[in-house]
Amino acid sequence: MLKINNLNVGVDNKNILKNINLNINKGELHVIMGRNGTGKSTLSNIIAGKEGYNINRGKISYNNKNLLQMSTEDRALNGIFMSFQYPISIPGLNTMHFLRTSVNSIRKHRKKEEYSSGEFIKMFKEKLQLVGLDESFARRSVNNGFSGGEKKRFEILQMLLIEPKLVILDETDSGLDIDALKIVANGINSFKSNNNGFLLITHYYRIIKYLDPDFVHVLLDGKIVESGDQKLALKLEEEGYGWLEK
Amino acid sequence: MNKIKQTKKQLSDISNSEYKYGFKTDIDEFRLPNGLNENIIKSISKIKDEPKWLLDFRLKAYSKWKKMKEPNWQNLNYPKIDFNDICYYSSPKKKKLKSLDEVDPELLKTYDKLGIPLDEQKMLSNVAVDAVFDSVSIATTFKDTLKKAGVIFCSFSEAVIKYPKLVREYLGTVVPSIDNYYAALNSAVFSDGSFVYIPKNTKCPMELSTYFRINAANTGQFERTLIIADDNSYVSYLEGCTAPMRDENQLHAAIVELITLDNAEIKYSTVQNWYPGDKNGKGGIYNFVTKRGHCKGDNSKISWTQIETGSSLTWKYPSCILRGNNSIGEFYSVALSNNYQQADTGTKMIHLGKNTKSTIISKGISTGNGQQTYRGEVKIMKNAINSRNFSQCDSILIGNKCGAHTQPYINIKNASSKIEHEATTSKIGEDQLFYCNQRGISTENAISLIINGFCKDVFKKLPMEFAIEAQKLMEISLEGCSVG
Repeated sequence: MLKINNLNVGVDNKNILKNINLNINKGELHVIMGRNGTGKSTLSNIIAGKEGYNINRGKISYNNKNLLQMSTEDRALNGIFMSFQYPISIPGLNTMHFLRTSVNSIRKHRKKEEYSSGEFIKMFKEKLQLVGLDESFARRSVNNGFSGGEKKRFEILQMLLIEPKLVILDETDSGLDIDALKIVANGINSFKSNNNGFLLITHYYRIIKYLDPDFVHVLLDGKIVESGDQKLALKLEEEGYGWLEK
Repeated sequence: MNKIKQTKKQLSDISNSEYKYGFKTDIDEFRLPNGLNENIIKSISKIKDEPKWLLDFRLKAYSKWKKMKEPNWQNLNYPKIDFNDICYYSSPKKKKLKSLDEVDPELLKTYDKLGIPLDEQKMLSNVAVDAVFDSVSIATTFKDTLKKAGVIFCSFSEAVIKYPKLVREYLGTVVPSIDNYYAALNSAVFSDGSFVYIPKNTKCPMELSTYFRINAANTGQFERTLIIADDNSYVSYLEGCTAPMRDENQLHAAIVELITLDNAEIKYSTVQNWYPGDKNGKGGIYNFVTKRGHCKGDNSKISWTQIETGSSLTWKYPSCILRGNNSIGEFYSVALSNNYQQADTGTKMIHLGKNTKSTIISKGISTGNGQQTYRGEVKIMKNAINSRNFSQCDSILIGNKCGAHTQPYINIKNASSKIEHEATTSKIGEDQLFYCNQRGISTENAISLIINGFCKDVFKKLPMEFAIEAQKLMEISLEGCSVG
């Protein structure tokens, strides 16, 4: 589904990502771990389409289309969803109105019927319960005054409503207490299927043990230096990154 | 359609929809020579067959105006206005119309294009319209229905002739002719406008509406509106404005006076969409307006709602004098400045009576090189015990070259009153738009969602049809704005 080939990315004159190769197929969950400042968020921003980076070399194809030529909006409409590390607040924009516009834009693109207000409210309430948020969220502004944990759960709520094909979770577990972590992990597991792929960026093993990933990659200084399975994550948890450096 | 074609089409749609009221009408007009002097004022008064007291009112205002200085405290930048290079009276040639059949068909077409059919059959249901074209009131629709209810709704000139006692009793009582520079100018040269009287114990059976249109070149528009709501009456009034696109600036200096007696209520809504000038700030209307309401009676209420998207300069402070005990004043405003537009707007709430209440909700939107200033004053006098004010002034910025400024003045002279003031400034930033884009929402759609959310508290105060119009107007006015 997503094929990253020899990707090199810089900001200003600094190289951030170097020769990245990564394939994510349907039904797979990939994890990227690594220290702060090694380019993990850059990678997710590049996939989502954020501006301000120079693609110096390499390609990304998504369902055999050249991803780098698609606009952010186009990528979203075609099934790419990113759960933000720091979701931004949008005062004055009602959450429900925002979500319905988002979901319906994407449904329209998929040639599915748009939800009526009534249908949407019903579904919204169901999914709210799944992520443990209460109905007062329908009246609030997007991310405005949300606690850190609420923001992350709201991201997962959006994933559940939008039903994307490729999900990027950028440190979705950071700042969550154990209960919230379980809720978020359950949300992800309830949605994960053979029809979608995941890329999870994290610092910790604690979420990995709930998610049962297929692949774990280590990003150090902009390069993928090691790939393995869940055991690799456990080893990193116990030993840190030092052993991967020469 | 392929993507490039689609984008091209969108672009051409946008550039064509910039100011859709910018056409001009070729019509025979009668106009006085440019310039301002006593003879011009006498001519205006003579054309209108005015009684002597009104001419005296004008001349007195003119002699004061000559001694006054143009105000410069506002946060507006513009070249000096040459008041002798303006035409103070222009009117379509056919005069003394008895019915709509006699109206120049070109003129009716103009109002049709503006979406204001004057033909009674096709009227918006339940809205009576008075249309003012340049200096003259063209047609007042639904006269008969209103007459049955005892409501007077006519052009100002007609009121002067037919209801001189009412006009004389109230004219200039809320905005004295020497109140300020532009009010004095208006009092000297006003040409027409609307007059409304709602009799005792009457709820006006329909919305009343005035549509102002400047057509002639180099013409100032100086209309006055006077609305009197007698005991236990109610009226909702809407004012709309447009003008053709012209390279030179045109001056609009109006006065609106509202009076509510015991238990009466006036709801006054404005959708101001005068030509804002082009992208580079060329042309556009200078909008210097004095609007004030007097809650004279106990338990009376005046509510101002304004949507200000037009004009290159806006200078207006719709205010309330809360004299009656328990009277209520409200001000709800959305003002938008795009390109090189500048707006200095707000309100004054003067509390004189006991238990008086006022609410101010002001939403300023700046984008392009636009500048917004909220300027408001809340004054609670010594005898206005147990009075309250709540003010909320929010600004939103789109882009890096625009500005928002808030200048609240608060003055309380007794200890039993309470006021609250809240203010916020936020910015629609690239990160917010990226977030929306990532959720499949286009940039244009995202801005419009955010702005609508931001303006919601004010929009919901407008009558239904106009709330929809206001929403559309915001979308058009914001088209093509960028955060970069």
